[in-house]
Amino acid sequence: MRGPVAWWNNPWRPPRFLIAITVGYLLWSLLPVLIAVLYSFNAGRSRTTWQGFSTRWYWGDQTLSVWHNDALHTALLQTLKLGLITTLITVPLGTLFAIGIDRWRGRLPNGANFLMLLSFVLPEVLLAVALLFVITTVAVPIDLGTTAQVVGLVTFQVSYPAVLVRARLATIGPQYEEAAMDLGASPLGALRRIIVPMLMPAIFASTVLVFADVIDDFVLVRYLSGDASTEPVSVKIYNTARAAPTPALNALATLLLAAALAAVVIGFLIYRYMTRSDTTTRDRGIGAFAGEV
Amino acid sequence: MAVPVVTAPPRQAPPDRERRNRLWAVLAAPGILWLAAFFLFPLYVVLCIVFGQIDPLFRTPIPVWNPLQWDATQFTYVLSHIVGENGVYGPAILRTFIYVLVASALCLLIAFPVSYYVARLSGKRKGLLLALLIAPFWISYMMRMFAWVNLLQDDGLFNKVLSLGGFFTPDVKWLTGQPVVVILGLVYGYVPYMILPLYAGLDRLSQPMLEASRDLGADRLSSFWRVTLPLCRPTMVAALLLTCLPMLGDYFTNDMLSASPKTTMVGNLINDGVQAPGQTGQAGAFVMLVFLIALLPMLYYLRSVTRGSEVSS
Repeated sequence: MRGPVAWWNNPWRPPRFLIAITVGYLLWSLLPVLIAVLYSFNAGRSRTTWQGFSTRWYWGDQTLSVWHNDALHTALLQTLKLGLITTLITVPLGTLFAIGIDRWRGRLPNGANFLMLLSFVLPEVLLAVALLFVITTVAVPIDLGTTAQVVGLVTFQVSYPAVLVRARLATIGPQYEEAAMDLGASPLGALRRIIVPMLMPAIFASTVLVFADVIDDFVLVRYLSGDASTEPVSVKIYNTARAAPTPALNALATLLLAAALAAVVIGFLIYRYMTRSDTTTRDRGIGAFAGEV
Repeated sequence: MAVPVVTAPPRQAPPDRERRNRLWAVLAAPGILWLAAFFLFPLYVVLCIVFGQIDPLFRTPIPVWNPLQWDATQFTYVLSHIVGENGVYGPAILRTFIYVLVASALCLLIAFPVSYYVARLSGKRKGLLLALLIAPFWISYMMRMFAWVNLLQDDGLFNKVLSLGGFFTPDVKWLTGQPVVVILGLVYGYVPYMILPLYAGLDRLSQPMLEASRDLGADRLSSFWRVTLPLCRPTMVAALLLTCLPMLGDYFTNDMLSASPKTTMVGNLINDGVQAPGQTGQAGAFVMLVFLIALLPMLYYLRSVTRGSEVSS
């Protein structure tokens, strides 16, 4: 007969307790969001009572839906605009920075590297307030609004591509570049024709990560937004969540969610395709893509 | 007879260290300039405003650029109002520490078993589970808080579930100044940031080491206690810091789920000061305070990260 001692000693016993915690955690972390998404399809004004399915809050309602309400779709467009511009500036800046810092020896690059890592862990609100002070009290040619938001977001995000690219440079190692230069390539030529193509997966991954992170950002874009026309979705949610909003707010949040998840999923598929023959990233799977370095 | 003299082709000197260094410097320059202008300089401006003057008429801050002329009135004002009879800021700071400590302890309690299971025991379901673990990472923080605002309304689903069967009707207003709700909101918001590094650490854990401990006679519990835990202590510390640091400056979780002075945190003090005229310097002082509190953990984290990458590369 199998007693409790045999049960305890059985190494093949399924870890029921851990499974229960994991499933419970996943339900707890994802169900509230799914319920919020569900209520964006509610036919009535309530966000707590189900009154039937409709797409009224997306485009059906003539005044309050995301499609017809100026304030709501301006917010969505502003979010996507910030995501695109910031990504276009951040990724080249961070990539070049990472390559330069990785090779350049000296005290200045070490200090710059430290600064970059510091911007990675500094609480966001501190950077936001500091930039707000600069723009409001110092005579700089930057106004609150899209420009200020982009400046802040680039500063906060630039460490993403820098860290990812440096990690990738470390796994590539110096041998390919040295071989290219032995065969007559100039340092710049070796960089352009050997290193940059090998860095492409990391650069691409950081592009997707920066975009998805920027469109979810809240603290920086709120302090640096000029007026209601430059307030992106997250600020809109913050401003109206406690003031009896309609399910149109759920619909707006759902669209943002869809944009972020689509970017990440499509990005991941392309990333897998790019690294299909690469042995150093094969077993990392989705983790390598999530910025796990 | 003339002997053809074959001259060796002029040997190209390899580009010397100096010239190559210049190339790398040019590549890094835009990033360095950007960080200097938009990261280092703003931090200095905060100092100049905290130790600067206030325009007596318009209540706007006047930054003082020369460190020799700095005036510590505003900073000492804030410091003297933390403890003692004028201690209006004391409770908020104490509350921040308690909330952050409790919330990060709860985060660890949830995150460790979950990431342990997914990293080491989940087998072929690993990919799917990992994707689900990462999903909250890409859902806007505001959206996730908003989801709870919906659930915790007076007529929301949470109260409906509680009163299911009519045993009792809860008359708790969850969204007005409930510390429990704020702490759970913080846990809900920041636990994904802890699961990812913990997962990475547990995934890298050396399997031969664990097998060796079992071979040498340790049972499951003691090999967990004496091998697994010590091996992932650095990861746990790093994960704790990654969740604690943003929590220190958090004000929006509080605003969304409580919006009551009963749960004010340091982040709220900063946020209120930024928006009130004449209190900019005080907001700056709080920014500096949080920066100083966060500085040691930040440096510790950076040191552990750079040392880890040196070992692995």
